[in-house]
Amino acid sequence: MSAAAVEPGTQLPDLPLPPISRATLALFAGASGDHNPIHIDLDFARAAGQDDVFAHGMLSMAYLGRLLTDLVPVGAIRSYTVRFAAITPVHAEVTCRGTVASVETVDGERRARLQLEARLADGTVTVRGEAVVAVQQ
Amino acid sequence: MVIDESVIGRELPSFTVELERGRVRLFAEVIGDDNPVFTDLDAARAAGHPDLPVPPTFLFGFVLEGAKSTQWLDDLGIDLGNVLHAEQSFTYHDTAHAGDVLVYRPRIADTFEKKGGALRFVVREISVTREDGSPVVDLRDSIAVVRPAPADAR
Repeated sequence: MSAAAVEPGTQLPDLPLPPISRATLALFAGASGDHNPIHIDLDFARAAGQDDVFAHGMLSMAYLGRLLTDLVPVGAIRSYTVRFAAITPVHAEVTCRGTVASVETVDGERRARLQLEARLADGTVTVRGEAVVAVQQ
Repeated sequence: MVIDESVIGRELPSFTVELERGRVRLFAEVIGDDNPVFTDLDAARAAGHPDLPVPPTFLFGFVLEGAKSTQWLDDLGIDLGNVLHAEQSFTYHDTAHAGDVLVYRPRIADTFEKKGGALRFVVREISVTREDGSPVVDLRDSIAVVRPAPADAR
């Protein structure tokens, strides 16, 4: 999809992700720096009252970020904010979705405001977010 | 220690990070991003970058890295097992690339309770700059502490 084509209401292509494995959680811990054991150590998770480890919220935020960099160059992202609404269990299948909420010109730059969400297969919304990206005229 | 509004404004230890090319590649691969600009130096340079640019959320992870990263929670009497990431925000000023050396300066920006004290939120703001002070990104993260210990138990 061309960034120049975005208009309010434009739906970005859905991004379906493969099931999140324990290996992915371990690799993401190392790659991201988020070493919180609740995501990679079952003993720690159980001691904290969880049934199992669960995915880093930042993994879902990184997946949603792919919607942004599929649309515009990484340097065109002005801001990106999310709220984590629910835990993403290990093995979950996440789908990322984005919609163009508005397009406006700020400081001579055409900017799109995107509404973003990550969902589980059962429809649970795990992450809601918003990003502002510069799009070419 | 009781967490209350008196912690707002507290500066936490700053730290410096050198961005490694291999780490940028691994991050992109783990999140399944096949955009070659994040993994292939030639593709990055063809797109006008001096080195591999970092994916949009890459710079936050360093805040959580290593044993010292949770010292501030220990200091507030917060058990890491009771912490959930509630919100995360990035405001971008400049693109960071592999090879960059960045300075992180965190401070506690806010704290408040919700659900009658069942949840305690702590918000940090972290300015990330180059060594010359020029801004790269402003981070804002909010954590929710579940089951905060009652004040009389501390």
